[in-house]
Amino acid sequence: MSKLKQALQNRILVLDGAMGTMLQRYKFTEEDFRGERFKEFPYPLKGNNDLLSLTQPNAIAEVHAKYFEAGADIVETNTFSSTTVGMADYHMEDLVYDLNYESARIAKEVADKFTAENPDKPRFVAGSIGPTNRTASLSPDVNRPEFRAITFEELRIAYKEQVEALIDGGVDILLVETIFDTLNAKAALFAIEEVKEERQIDIPVMVSGTITDASGRTLSGQTVEAFLTSISHVPLLSVGFNCALGADQLKPYLQRLSHATDFMVSAHPNAGLPNAFGEYDQSAKEMQVLIESYLKDGLINIIGGCCGTTPEHIKAIVEVAAKYEPRSIGAAV
Amino acid sequence: MKGNIMSKNKMKYLKLSGLEPLIVTPESNFINVGERTNVTGSRKFLRLIKEENYTEALDVARDQVEGGAQIIDVNMDEGMLDGKQAMVTFLNLIASEPDIARVPVMIDSSKWEIIEAGLQVVQGKSVVNSISLKEGEDTFIHHAKLIKRYGAAVIVMAFDEEGQADTYQRRIDICKRSYDILVNQVNFPPEDIIFDPNIFPVATGMDEHRLNALDFFNATKWIRENLPYANVSGGVSNVSFSFRGNNVVREAINAAFLYHAIQHGMNLGIVNPTMLEVYDEIPKDLLEHVEDVLFDRRDDATERLLDFAETVKDQKKEGEVKTQEWRNDPLQDRITHALVKGIDAFIVEDVEEARQSVERPIEVIEGHLMAGMNVVGDLFGSGKMFLPQVVKSARVMKKAVAYLQPFIEAEKSDAQRSNGKILMATVKGDVHDIGKNIVSVVLGCNNYEIVDLGVMVPPEKIIEIAKKENVDVIGLSGLITPSLDEMVYVSQEMEKQNFNIPLMIGGATTSRAHSAVKIAPNYSNTVVHVNDASRAVTVVGNLLQKDSRVYKDQIREEYEKFREQFLKRGKQKEYISIEAARENKFQIDWSSSELVKPNQLGVQVLESLDITLLEDYIDWSPFFRSWDLHGKYPDILTDGVVGKQASELFSDAKILLQKVFDEKLLKAKAVFGLFSANSINDDDIELYDEQGNVLETFLTLRQQLKKREGVPNFALADFVAPKAEGKSDYMGAFCVTAGFGTEELAKDFEKNHDDYNAIMIKALADRLAEAFAEYLHQEVRTKFWGYASEETLSNEELISEAYKGIRPAPGYPACPDHLEKHTIWNLLRVEENIGVKLTESLAMWPAASVSGYYFGNPEAKYFGLGKITTDQLKDYAKRRQINEDEARKWLNPNLAET
Repeated sequence: MSKLKQALQNRILVLDGAMGTMLQRYKFTEEDFRGERFKEFPYPLKGNNDLLSLTQPNAIAEVHAKYFEAGADIVETNTFSSTTVGMADYHMEDLVYDLNYESARIAKEVADKFTAENPDKPRFVAGSIGPTNRTASLSPDVNRPEFRAITFEELRIAYKEQVEALIDGGVDILLVETIFDTLNAKAALFAIEEVKEERQIDIPVMVSGTITDASGRTLSGQTVEAFLTSISHVPLLSVGFNCALGADQLKPYLQRLSHATDFMVSAHPNAGLPNAFGEYDQSAKEMQVLIESYLKDGLINIIGGCCGTTPEHIKAIVEVAAKYEPRSIGAAV
Repeated sequence: MKGNIMSKNKMKYLKLSGLEPLIVTPESNFINVGERTNVTGSRKFLRLIKEENYTEALDVARDQVEGGAQIIDVNMDEGMLDGKQAMVTFLNLIASEPDIARVPVMIDSSKWEIIEAGLQVVQGKSVVNSISLKEGEDTFIHHAKLIKRYGAAVIVMAFDEEGQADTYQRRIDICKRSYDILVNQVNFPPEDIIFDPNIFPVATGMDEHRLNALDFFNATKWIRENLPYANVSGGVSNVSFSFRGNNVVREAINAAFLYHAIQHGMNLGIVNPTMLEVYDEIPKDLLEHVEDVLFDRRDDATERLLDFAETVKDQKKEGEVKTQEWRNDPLQDRITHALVKGIDAFIVEDVEEARQSVERPIEVIEGHLMAGMNVVGDLFGSGKMFLPQVVKSARVMKKAVAYLQPFIEAEKSDAQRSNGKILMATVKGDVHDIGKNIVSVVLGCNNYEIVDLGVMVPPEKIIEIAKKENVDVIGLSGLITPSLDEMVYVSQEMEKQNFNIPLMIGGATTSRAHSAVKIAPNYSNTVVHVNDASRAVTVVGNLLQKDSRVYKDQIREEYEKFREQFLKRGKQKEYISIEAARENKFQIDWSSSELVKPNQLGVQVLESLDITLLEDYIDWSPFFRSWDLHGKYPDILTDGVVGKQASELFSDAKILLQKVFDEKLLKAKAVFGLFSANSINDDDIELYDEQGNVLETFLTLRQQLKKREGVPNFALADFVAPKAEGKSDYMGAFCVTAGFGTEELAKDFEKNHDDYNAIMIKALADRLAEAFAEYLHQEVRTKFWGYASEETLSNEELISEAYKGIRPAPGYPACPDHLEKHTIWNLLRVEENIGVKLTESLAMWPAASVSGYYFGNPEAKYFGLGKITTDQLKDYAKRRQINEDEARKWLNPNLAET
């Protein structure tokens, strides 16, 4: 059994918190984003957080280290938007391999350092695979409902490139996350299965969807159970939810998910809901209380934070996670 | 299955999904697959698809789901169709219809490429219909593997290299072989396998067909007992094929066959519900004859059934139109049903009926329709409806209101005085008006007089019309984020001009928080946030009642409380004092910096430029953005999403632009000046005439956000050599316009109800003004100032600001202080020279004008000021020689909350 699976048998693993929130604190300017390498790049680059893995690698490593210091078991690579689809906004499609490879390498280096310091608590790197900014099953044009801004095939190719680079860079896990359109996720999973077959490897895959509103559905309209059914054809390490909602609003959906699946269950909610100005207010203490209620109910195997969470939040989560048993899978394992 | 001790999840059930899950358990009895959306089975559907009448084709799908189909089979296999295209289009359309998309899809084709195209567009777990060993094991395995990877279940036909299985033995042999390959080689989940052991017609008169039904029953039983977790399905109607034309018998055969097939273990099937009798309601004698055939109980079973069939023919009227049950409900229920379900087919007739039942047509909106919409609202609020459904409800509502509108108008002519006059506008820079229009309609329906200024309404116009029309309430709407600032701006203007009418805020990005924190404090009268058309009536009613003070005070109090709470939240941003910021200013090494003296100092006027020169300098991307088409020009023209619209818009724009050029409809004028200049006291810039007298002083603002080590706090003054250096430096200022003529043209268009071109001409004038600014800047760099006489830059490079030196404009991020425009106007005598005026709010008129500064130092760069704190504000007020309150008013958006 791999170290990861072994650890999951024994305890609740903790995922890191937000990368973006932490990077904002550096207040990087356009020049900082560009670094030396992209000094002459003809388009503005500020806001391309994934690019910082190439131009400000120390900052990225520093954020990973802060989360590991806070006690996280798994950190996510800084690659949420590192597909040709996501990078098209910045005219950086050609850099996708570099971005993923370097991001993975940086995270892995930090993880290995922490593992070496404390071999009893091995640290892992999950390659973050975001949803892209296009939806394969929704039309962006209300007057042309049959229209699609992107095809499955385009997504599959984009995701495959990302997955290959993440694996080359050394990630331990692939994390398909913030899924608001299940068809996008299916394209990512298709690409992952292809890579696994071509390379004759097995790599654990985590899938994490997003419930967007009070209807309890994904943006593309699926219920929790329909979402689960649509992605369960792939052997997954875990399935879960992240983003969009705070820990309290997310709980009923996690309960339904936990009830319906034999995969491990993960959650990385936001630090509450954003206020009218797009900022997250929930404190580490507040979030800790909410997360503890998940753990008390035995819903969780992997827990972490999404938008607005910081090492403080993760530290608070680590504290409570240590007190509870992980969710048990099925009945007779 | 009884008394299971395993966890529920350990049971291997076929699980499918559309927007909702479908789990096929023993308790689910029989899963009914709708077959009407199949071009090979339905002539009507084929015709609809051929005619590309997708609206009705979707109705076919919807009827099936409403009629109880739990999966819908979609088949586009017809020689005359592009099957792949038709499959993708139809499945994409289904995805946008939540009431259809809630069920899983069965992707039905004999062509693999159509199946694969279908698999690539469904988000749920669908069923492929079908694959088989017909073309050998390799193809079978290849397809099965892909189906698994796409996440679908599969129907496997009892078919192999030899042909279709037509006996019991062949059926079970082929199914067993298929099962073993799938489970052992492909690793296909056995519960995702559905066998179709072939349903063939009975009572054909041929001996070899006598066992067709019985063999199917027995094979089904064997599969369910011997191939763990596998399912069985079939196309039921086929069994009665030889009785075409005799629906009574057909329906009886279908019903009896289905009943027994289910008893033997068939758990899914393609059934036409309109071709199905209820088993218990088949007359006993007919049933006996039918079952004799199905079970091959007598040698003469077929003849007996044929004879009997003659006697029952045509007992039932054929083609009987089945009324949808809800159509029989009372009127209000029908209207509510139509709104909740988003069905617009009957809404006009229902609304007409409602109209006749009330005294005034408006009561239908306030009563029937609002009652229905309230149900929609409640369902949405409680998470039982979701957005796409609500959008469809809105569509029905719109249709109903549109029908009632003429009646309401007709009544108005002799109507009582209006309840009040409401100005409605989508703010500058924003073209979204759906929400605003709905509120306008609803208020209009309630006898308010609406002054609708349309979209992209500049604040000056809102103020001007509000005064002229003497309105009672101003309603602002906006959907994009920059609109929030526009609203803040309007509220400040209203305060400045001593307005005393309520301001109503609405639109998707607006919020009570933003209204309370950012807008309400600017304005002494009431600011109220209304994001819901149905609430607008109540709110306006309360605001305009005779004694509205209590209500208004209540809102104010509520917002103040909200604001207080909000402002108590912790702050993350850190600011440094203005002194410290000045310490950390951007340092240019003046000893080595080359300060180029302009070739021509002083003020110059370009009276009428050949406007066609500007075409090459147009940056089209913002033009598209102003129409809410996002993307970079020219890529946007071929963009997958908006390409078509963008191209159409672009060609319309070009046509109008050509007209503007040919008929010289717009005039371009400019004034600019270059002067000796030095910065003084860190943040100010003095401009000198040739004798060294001070002409004007520009005041710049300095960033105060705490920076990282080594990152300076910028002010524009940093780009001009300090007086103390003893070196003569230079800067310039300009104002260009392409706006003269715009207003008249827009009015002409509006007169002809051509809002499109009315907006277009304004958007084009804006672009031409920007192009002019770009053009003039280049002329200045290369000729008049001449510090970059060697420069050769393409339009793209100009747009990406690859040139040396900058031309920041007051009101924009580097220098948000609009008051600087006064300085520019005095310096260049802008109004006297080219006629561009400043409004009281310091907007330029005509609107398609650009004014700004020129900085020529190669190290000058664009930056955003960000927030400043009170110490700089006080300092600035002193320098500007105005009182602090006035300074605060102008710089409000840039003041850090302290």
